[in-house]
Amino acid sequence: MRRGIISSFFHLLFVLAFFIHLSPSCLAEGGAKKERPAYGDAIVVGSIGDASNLIPMLATDATSHEIAGLIYNGLVKYDKDLNLVGDLARSWEIKRGGKEIIFHLKKGIRWQDGVPFTSRDVLFGFKTITDPKTPTAYAGDFLEVEKAEAPDPYTFRVIYKEPFAPALSSWGDIVVLPEHLLRGKDITKSGLVRHPVGLGPYKFRLWKTQERIELDANPDYFDGRPYLDRYIMRIVPDPATMFMELKAGGLDWMGLSPVQYKRQTNTPFFRKNFRKYRYLSFSYTYLGYNLRHPFFKDKRVRQAISYAIDKKEIIRGVLLGLGVVATGPYKPDAWFYNPNVRRYPYNPQRARRLLAEAGWKDRDGDGILDKDGIPFSFTVLTNQGNSLRDKTAQIIQYRLRQVGIEMKIRQLEWTAFINDFIDKRRFEAVILGWTLGQDPDIFDIWHSSKTGPKQLNFIGYKNREVDRLLVLGRRTFDREKRKKIYFRIQEILAEDQPYTFLYVPMALPIIHARFHGIKPAPAGISYNFIRWWVPKNEQKYIIP
Amino acid sequence: MGFIVFLLKRILGLVPTFFGITLISFFVMHLAPGEPMSLQADFNPKMTPEMRQRLRAQYGLDKPLYVQYSRWLKGLVHLDLGRSFSPDRRKVWDKIRERLPVTILINVLSMLLILAVSIPLGVRAAVRENSLFDQVTTVLVFLAYAAPAFWVALLLMLLFGIEWNLLPVSGLHSLMGYDQMGLFEKVVDWSKHLVLPVFVSAIGGLAGFSRYTRSSMLEVLRQDYITTARAKGLPERVVIYRHALRNALLPLITILGLSIPGLIGGSVIFESIFAIPGVGQLMWSAVMARDYPVLMGNLVIVSILTLLGNLLADIGYAAVDPRIRTGLQEQE
Repeated sequence: MRRGIISSFFHLLFVLAFFIHLSPSCLAEGGAKKERPAYGDAIVVGSIGDASNLIPMLATDATSHEIAGLIYNGLVKYDKDLNLVGDLARSWEIKRGGKEIIFHLKKGIRWQDGVPFTSRDVLFGFKTITDPKTPTAYAGDFLEVEKAEAPDPYTFRVIYKEPFAPALSSWGDIVVLPEHLLRGKDITKSGLVRHPVGLGPYKFRLWKTQERIELDANPDYFDGRPYLDRYIMRIVPDPATMFMELKAGGLDWMGLSPVQYKRQTNTPFFRKNFRKYRYLSFSYTYLGYNLRHPFFKDKRVRQAISYAIDKKEIIRGVLLGLGVVATGPYKPDAWFYNPNVRRYPYNPQRARRLLAEAGWKDRDGDGILDKDGIPFSFTVLTNQGNSLRDKTAQIIQYRLRQVGIEMKIRQLEWTAFINDFIDKRRFEAVILGWTLGQDPDIFDIWHSSKTGPKQLNFIGYKNREVDRLLVLGRRTFDREKRKKIYFRIQEILAEDQPYTFLYVPMALPIIHARFHGIKPAPAGISYNFIRWWVPKNEQKYIIP
Repeated sequence: MGFIVFLLKRILGLVPTFFGITLISFFVMHLAPGEPMSLQADFNPKMTPEMRQRLRAQYGLDKPLYVQYSRWLKGLVHLDLGRSFSPDRRKVWDKIRERLPVTILINVLSMLLILAVSIPLGVRAAVRENSLFDQVTTVLVFLAYAAPAFWVALLLMLLFGIEWNLLPVSGLHSLMGYDQMGLFEKVVDWSKHLVLPVFVSAIGGLAGFSRYTRSSMLEVLRQDYITTARAKGLPERVVIYRHALRNALLPLITILGLSIPGLIGGSVIFESIFAIPGVGQLMWSAVMARDYPVLMGNLVIVSILTLLGNLLADIGYAAVDPRIRTGLQEQE
């Protein structure tokens, strides 16, 4: 769960995402004739939010990481098929059953100010992220480290207290910092916050607050100079304005909403000038129950609600078909996704039967089920300003009414929602979403030790077997063994239905047709951004 | 002499009012649920409880509220508004200052536009009270007042930006080639970008000002000295613009004075729609993120300007209207 922050807004940002379908227009491009890539031109990307801090370990928002990802590099990265590969590291060795990792670094790499990069920079980054004075949200993974050292400039060794499977992936771009620019300084007041110096394919050019951020190609990038001379991110807070800017030619790349994807871009103008892509986003939306509540303690009730909700209908109505049914806490194209778990297709008869077994019957004839004189009526909470979740709630409300359950909907401002309701456990049910990482570890969300205040198992899920497997999964490095562990966890969760898993929405980027070399893969499209190019005769912006 | 004493008294009277405002705002602000780290920390699996405590200590949130307030006040006395609680930890004054010019520019332009349109409109409507012109303008200005700014803005963007391709959709200046432009080209470029935002922010204010002008003008036109002026055989233009309007504008001074703080308080709606990096958006995100120092910083500026605006209105009134001046002296 790297950067695993709950998605409080629907993702307009196309963070790395899994690809599953090509749109027809994009297939045509894939088979295009072989041409020599050209240097030049710029890409203008739209973002609804400004970056906050361009030192990756200090930022938690998607925009900051988007920009920092082009400037900084890690020891490892995910390739297009989501395998971990070396980035700054040439290779690595895993020793002592996973307790020790030794990275061998590439030679001849320089920071953008010309100073050579060595393992001391990694060690410095590690010391900074674990320094109590550093206000970072990412120290968690590094607290498992017993010792880290840099025996020579191109070797970095780290020793863990226990084998920790997500460890390798944590040595990404968050933890490598230029020691020569930061040593002995207060990192929060460093100039790098607004003027980063990295090792990556792009160099920082300028940042006008809430207006735009510009990056220039780094001609000395160790993995080859990027073709596009400049990357410009424009901050356009209003999605309607952003769409008009796209239409007026002011933007080359933005994330679309389902309506924009299906209807508003379905015109000759867009077909001629743009290419649309779609792939499953790294997130899912769910209906979560407070398992301490008497209504939801009974597994049969939760299963009944899952049968009573038509998830396909929600995907059709809310996402206009641009999503898939979620069956558990992972998306269907991940290597650790188990397709053979218990499913809950729409079946109101079965829902009624399960509710009757649990003692819920309409005894007073008012159309609402009751038990011991208490009607089955509860309130679902969701965050304000997320129209997708609001519509989802309404569809669920309608379906539950049909099996005799009354569900009221209440929308709350985000911070108040989390602090006054989730944290204080003052809720019956919620509609929320999780952002997913590339690693299957979901300890923080499902382990019974994580039910305390401010922790993420706020629904209060407790299952001994899941607890044991979650710990085992963190200690196991072998991919096949890990797969078995997480397959079993998915089976249990599907049976228990602590959430009704609803849907995995799709990321829907649209990019100007002049950009070539975009090759969708399981990782999404931006993994090979530095190899995108524009033919000389189609270049729009001349960069002096 | 009496006037100066009066002024000093008024200014001294503003000081406790100002600190009262900051005190109440500080405590009310902390009543809102959630804390500044909420956006960074809530629902973040990597956030450990120790880290949360550390952040709270760094922000000084572990201290009682009165300690936090006295700390903030101490900073204020040294003209230090503190540092933002957002991840960038920038100085509050830097964050506000970089956004002030564009906000003030747009608000001043829009205020000028409002005055330039609504005063003649109000005068004509008053001179021809209940005529067709009066009724039509009444309907129109209230329509403009009632129409949601975001809706008007989007329609105008669609029309001018996309259908006719005359004006840019959003932003402050062109993205590419702006650095190479000469001064004149830059001004033209800015103007093109500012037409729609200024227009949209002005149309809502037309109703108020034109109505004030109209009613104030109507009152003046009923006065004896207007009848006298007409009886002297002065041309109607002179009667209306020199004798009537001058007096009718008096109450508008107060309104103008009160709109001074509005010049720096941007509107989050049109700033978001036109993608303009103004104060309004900064405040909006500060409220959402519970960024107390930025909120308090803006509050200080707005309350100082409000108090000053009041004071200026009083002074302006006194300067323009001899009756008030003499009245003051008699009180002394």
